Amino acid sequence: MAGLAAIFGSGAMTNSIREIEGMDVLFIIGSNTKESHPVIANRMIKAYRRGARIILADPRKVPMVKFSDLFLRIRPGTDIALLNGIAHVIVSEGLQNDDFIREKTAGFEEWKKTLESFAPEQVEQITGVPKEDIIKAGRLYGGSRKAGIFYTMGITQHSCGTDNVRAIANLATLTGNIGREHTGINPLRGQNNVQGSSDAACMPNVLPGYQRVDLPEIRQKFEAVWEASIPSAPGLTATEMMDAAVAGRIKAMYIMGENPIITDPNMHHTIKALEGLDFLVVQDIFLTETARLANVVLPAACSFEKDGTFTNTERKVQRVRKAVNPPGEARDDLSVIMEISRRLGYPMKHRSPEEVLEEYRQLWPAMGGITYARLEDRGIQWPCPTPEHPGTEYLYKDGFPKGKVNFIPVSYHPPAEVTDKEFPFILTTGRNLFQYHSGSMTRRVKTIEEHAGEPYVEINPEDSHRLGFSNGDFIKVISRRGKIRIRARITRRVSPGTVFVPMHYHEAAANVITNDALDPDVKIPEFKVCAVRIEPAA
Amino acid sequence: MVKIRIDGRSIEVPGSSTILEAARQNDIYIPTLCHHPKLTPFGGCRLCIVEIKGMPKPVASCTTQVAEGMEIATSTDAIEDIRKLVLELILSDHPNDCMVCEKTGSCTLQDLAYAYGIRENEFSGERRTYATRDGNPFIERDLEKCILCGRCVKACDEIQGVEAIDFGYRGFKSKICTTYEEDLDCEFCGQCVAVCPTGALTGKSWKLQGRPGGSLREVDTICPYCGTGCNITVHVKRNEIVRITSAEDTANEGWLCVKGRFGYKFASSPDRLTSPLIRRDGAFVEAGWDEALDYIVSQLGGIKSRHGSDAIAGLSSARCTNEENYVFQKFMRAGVGTNNVDHCARL
Repeated sequence: MAGLAAIFGSGAMTNSIREIEGMDVLFIIGSNTKESHPVIANRMIKAYRRGARIILADPRKVPMVKFSDLFLRIRPGTDIALLNGIAHVIVSEGLQNDDFIREKTAGFEEWKKTLESFAPEQVEQITGVPKEDIIKAGRLYGGSRKAGIFYTMGITQHSCGTDNVRAIANLATLTGNIGREHTGINPLRGQNNVQGSSDAACMPNVLPGYQRVDLPEIRQKFEAVWEASIPSAPGLTATEMMDAAVAGRIKAMYIMGENPIITDPNMHHTIKALEGLDFLVVQDIFLTETARLANVVLPAACSFEKDGTFTNTERKVQRVRKAVNPPGEARDDLSVIMEISRRLGYPMKHRSPEEVLEEYRQLWPAMGGITYARLEDRGIQWPCPTPEHPGTEYLYKDGFPKGKVNFIPVSYHPPAEVTDKEFPFILTTGRNLFQYHSGSMTRRVKTIEEHAGEPYVEINPEDSHRLGFSNGDFIKVISRRGKIRIRARITRRVSPGTVFVPMHYHEAAANVITNDALDPDVKIPEFKVCAVRIEPAA
Repeated sequence: MVKIRIDGRSIEVPGSSTILEAARQNDIYIPTLCHHPKLTPFGGCRLCIVEIKGMPKPVASCTTQVAEGMEIATSTDAIEDIRKLVLELILSDHPNDCMVCEKTGSCTLQDLAYAYGIRENEFSGERRTYATRDGNPFIERDLEKCILCGRCVKACDEIQGVEAIDFGYRGFKSKICTTYEEDLDCEFCGQCVAVCPTGALTGKSWKLQGRPGGSLREVDTICPYCGTGCNITVHVKRNEIVRITSAEDTANEGWLCVKGRFGYKFASSPDRLTSPLIRRDGAFVEAGWDEALDYIVSQLGGIKSRHGSDAIAGLSSARCTNEENYVFQKFMRAGVGTNNVDHCARL
């Protein structure tokens, strides 16, 4: 998201979900949409059935392949080569949008030179995608002026995640496929309110509304309303916090509704970090793997038990309404945090979630026109600066906040960890349809557990045959960081040499083995590629 | 736009409309069973028949396009007799167990039987009997209640793209089934359940938990799972969620996935935390809120004074609301005095 914000001005989907139906070309890369965003996939299928062409790039034969015209099965971690290769085709066939490039962009000529080493033949060598398909993809995407790109963590969870996003942005900029209805760049957000948490600035470098904390005039604006001083130096990201805890620089952590032991890479490292703290508070609805390490656990209300708002992946703020009371003594997070703040000597005046939003919208102009009264009937998409403003379905209609968009040269580097003799397989991780994230919710739904309650590793029949085991056998998946024992699911969904483990299962947690190498800019871990070996389990 | 007359009323509608769409846009009621506004028309149930001036036989309004000057009658005696007959034929092969049926109160077939006052049935005869054999944990299939309207088949294909089910066999033996009647290979999104006009398809976890209307409360909110932000309606019995549905006029058009539709029982799980816990000598002990909060405040305060504010870090959650996230970072920055605050956007 930060990558996208730096280029265009905002880190969010530029289109709305509704617009998918009107797109002529959809380019889905690193998104298992049918399993991770099933209802968005429904829109894509509708578009496909109406004649939209779909290009799908993924290392796995994910369910959306059934609805694609062109499936580019790439080697994990080679996205930049593919994207640059597609750009190479577009430029060499003259399919770029010259008017858009002239009027709205900068740096085209210099960037164009950096594409030279990405001719389809060379890209085929790196990505494993036949050059004919790369050319087809270039012609399809480059030939359309109503094309949308969709991606998720398959693009961002790499040590080159920011560069992957830049390479995507270059494609959209090259073709002018941004800033109009039915065309844009659409990172699909994986959690109900991850957009909202980012907007509200649970991030170490910005204040609400992506306003930089290191700028004095921004801090002053917030300090006047908050009646408190705000530190100027950006803080640590989640993954850096764990390193700082291991190093003894972080002594206490307050974790509200997160389960980093399961969701962070390199589990043993996370456990070491949390165990080394002097004091850990975990506020959650269940005694998660993380909560078990806490000094104090506070029982929280779930989203069915409180009022508030969520912001979905298309920037739409929607009302969350209380349906039932929380169990026992559990309380909603808002009142708990406000009470602790009061006892620590910083009382806040908000008497309701609505009053919190009232303060929030004063401080972030894009939310300025969003009120609970307006949200009663339907959600509103930011930016919505005034109470009369209808909200914004797609971004950059009137140009880019930063003026011209820069083409950013992006070079290809292999993933932080590559295969070798000792660890000859590539492991990639993700979600499946039935379970959700760390599993703390779905794994407590009996029906879901009955159907999809057991961890598994997907492995190609060629590999399983060579290694001599059958479907359902237990095997060991071992990386430099750890090993798990897990059942083999033999399937052609994965290519030979690649294995996939869903992230949800604590008893065979993918993140015991994943690599905690980080993207240098946004500090996202490389969940999508690491080197492993497979052994039969005794 | 074309001009037509329906039941003596002159109206103007787009030329691409069907008669049924034209009628509904103008608030003229025509009963239907197999028609669904989000699916392609089928014309199977024959309840939506209307008379068109100049045509010898009634036509299905869901599959007939309007034409300039068309004069349509939606409710003549002859039409209503045919509708009643069609309903009686359907009901002659339908279990009369509305009292315990999950669909009671939201059943189109029941509503129509009521509207046409059908109690006795002169067509009673052979009945289709099916044994329940399907072991999936999500969807209850009661084929004896199936009226073969085909909505589930269309939803599975047109909306979900799965094509898990279709019409099988012929005539009286027709039924909706999987290929070669093998086990259901599906995504369990429950779109079929959402569009079923009878009690043939229901959620297994709904069973005997309460029916919409009646004593259940309905609350509109947002799905707690992925970032799509599907609008859901939560059905509540006393203090427990017993069903989740989504209305057709929402942004997600009423479609949900398996997690959104059937994954709600975590909220009433016995594993829920119900009391603050404090670790003492390596084990958790239940504590009151006051005690827990005092302890937290003294520990955080102590660490802050010994090591500085930046020795403290906070992780917030994409599970929490905007308001909670806003207040959390405000607390970390203004209350604790550090920018060490993040959440799981990268994970």
